[in-house]
Amino acid sequence: MTFIAVPKLAITALLALSTVTPPTTKKLNVVATTPDLAALAREIGGDAVDVKALAKPSEDPHFVDAKPSHIITLNRADVLIEGGAELEIGWLPPLLESARNGRLAAGSPGLIVASDGIKMLEVPTTLDRSRGDVHALGNPHFIIDPVAAKIVASHIAMHLAQVDPSSAALFKANLARFNAAVDAKYVEWQKTLAPFRGMKIVTYHNDFVYFADRFKLDVVETLEPKPGIAPSPAHLAKVIATMNSENARVVLVQPYQNRKTAETVARQANGTVLDVSQQPGAIKGTDTYVELMDTLVHSVAAALQVKR
Amino acid sequence: MARQFKTAALSVVVISCLAAGQPLLAQQSPDSTARRQQRMLDSVVATLRAVQARLDSLERTVAAASIPAEAPPAAGPSRAGGAYMSIGFDALSDFGWSTTPDVASLQRGDHDPKVRGFTIPNVELTFEGAVDPYFKGFSALVYKLDANGETHVELEEAWAQTTSLPWNLQAKAGQFLTEFGRQNAQHPHAWAFVDQPLVLNRMFGPDGLRGQGAKLSWLLPTDFYTEATVAVLNSAGGTAFSFRSDASGDIHGGTPVERPVGSLTDLLVVPRLAASVDLTDTQTLVVGASAAFGPNNSGPNSRTQMYGVDAYYKWKAETGQAGFPFASWQTEVITRRYDAAARTAQLAPGGTLPAETLNDWGGYSQLLWGIRPRIIAGLRGEIARGGAAAFASDLRGDQERVSPNFTWYPSEFSKLRLQYNYDRRAGLPDEHSLWLQFEFMLGAHAAHKF
Repeated sequence: MTFIAVPKLAITALLALSTVTPPTTKKLNVVATTPDLAALAREIGGDAVDVKALAKPSEDPHFVDAKPSHIITLNRADVLIEGGAELEIGWLPPLLESARNGRLAAGSPGLIVASDGIKMLEVPTTLDRSRGDVHALGNPHFIIDPVAAKIVASHIAMHLAQVDPSSAALFKANLARFNAAVDAKYVEWQKTLAPFRGMKIVTYHNDFVYFADRFKLDVVETLEPKPGIAPSPAHLAKVIATMNSENARVVLVQPYQNRKTAETVARQANGTVLDVSQQPGAIKGTDTYVELMDTLVHSVAAALQVKR
Repeated sequence: MARQFKTAALSVVVISCLAAGQPLLAQQSPDSTARRQQRMLDSVVATLRAVQARLDSLERTVAAASIPAEAPPAAGPSRAGGAYMSIGFDALSDFGWSTTPDVASLQRGDHDPKVRGFTIPNVELTFEGAVDPYFKGFSALVYKLDANGETHVELEEAWAQTTSLPWNLQAKAGQFLTEFGRQNAQHPHAWAFVDQPLVLNRMFGPDGLRGQGAKLSWLLPTDFYTEATVAVLNSAGGTAFSFRSDASGDIHGGTPVERPVGSLTDLLVVPRLAASVDLTDTQTLVVGASAAFGPNNSGPNSRTQMYGVDAYYKWKAETGQAGFPFASWQTEVITRRYDAAARTAQLAPGGTLPAETLNDWGGYSQLLWGIRPRIIAGLRGEIARGGAAAFASDLRGDQERVSPNFTWYPSEFSKLRLQYNYDRRAGLPDEHSLWLQFEFMLGAHAAHKF
């Protein structure tokens, strides 16, 4: 008897709520899998959206726990932005299955796959896991390429306008503002890194290829011998040798990667470890996309300047 | 079935053609009917030619477009390989030794190591994908090799689940592992230890609680995760071990009786309520309570009730590398009240056993410590107790087990696990076992539930 009473009560409460709250003030619930996508959603959505990221800025986006609280977040989302290209393949599918939210179904306006329309790099020609945990659709770490970020932002604006047509003008204006800001900064970023074109860097995971491609840097080695495979002593010895022969002196490390390994390698190759993050919020003062890129560009430039 | 459908479809077409033609026939002479049919035929032929021409031109366009294209972004190989269905393959193998030559008496789970030496207890082929906009489908076929190298095949799971029911409901139907507690619904390769916990073996049988049936689940509109589910299953067979199972004699010591399904109450009902909260940014707790009610075949009217509670706690470091370091704790306790009818004793021919209530309980508690990426140390303690009975039973005797283990994942797709088991059984000598388990996975990338 009580079992029937509970949903009745809940439904009554929900009905009461929906009549009390005027529909115009209802913000769209936007959920992004990672903080970088959340930052873009905030730029475009402005006051018309509430944005929440599932992964924390300090968390490896490949290995997020499929916590039940994420099921609730996704259940109540109007829009989901995922990175795509199998970035979240290890944790998002079971969450979405449990979230039972038709608004986020494949093909609906509520689902934004960031990798759609991006010119993906490193798309494997054969699917072979002896080459490591390669992503079949290409390298998913594209957001630190400003050109890619603009494409993602335009997707977000388009989808948000479909889900909430009453705010379409706002999304359009915000997109224009974001594009203008990125365009203005892009010139500055290119200028800042121009003196270092062709310089060689090393990264922990293969997650800076789009950045390097855009700003003409050269990732000569990764500490992981293959994507998702732990560094072996033999491979690290090879990395050190390459760094010495190629004059690569800077090792880029994100907060969730093994800094100790990077330090050991840098020490033996007369280099430095540079702490960077692709996620807004992991480093202080990097809450927006432009701040994140500003910090990234200037810290890379500073490190390369020292080791020139 | 398909044939019936075809016939039905054909007749619909024929009837509608006739219906469409009827008014014409009534008004016109046979001669003009023939002309009209000829005209219709001509126009159909013309349309077909036009369609063919269009197809040819489209084919030419596609061919011309794909020649210069380097690699269009959306046409990655996974689109072709993973079309419509993900296919996964997972193989588990065990190697080891136990101080008892009768390993099967100690390791009763179907996916446990069974002999001194090598066992391949679980090779799984899984298929998964969207059926259409309304259903998701999943199936797991399991191959097991027995001690004599004979292959046994079982349809472990085959179910469809709704994707778009209203009111946060979700329905599942088919053959599926039932959500009673935490581990029962997990496939063996997702277990943190080599073998099935003692209590799950005693309550659910060697293959777990699984069956043909349907399940309805409801995600409650609470701020934190709360999910209520109820499954209704057939109560017969080895995977309904505590109910109408041919092997129920292991529980009640008697010969099982024929017990047909007389009413809805002869089905097995499994309700469950689970809730979860994030204690902090890095700590999560999940708790659950489950029950199972159904008939058993110790007699024509006897019934079984089972109740279980479970808890799972996990801490993951703020800046974890590949999800490490972490620590987790998982515990399940299950009790069973088995009302056994007066029955013919199995072991004493001609003897009878009195009607009695058999009370059993057991539990396990396991700690995992993810030391650094891909290396996990585990410790599990178990206890199983069987209450007083008018007969002696191997399965219901008091037993304890302690199992430390160590797991290394070379990548997300392979695993090596070393486990030591110390077993203490009432009235039997203590036993020591050492098992090495190897797992590999092909195909679809595994996604992990919490």
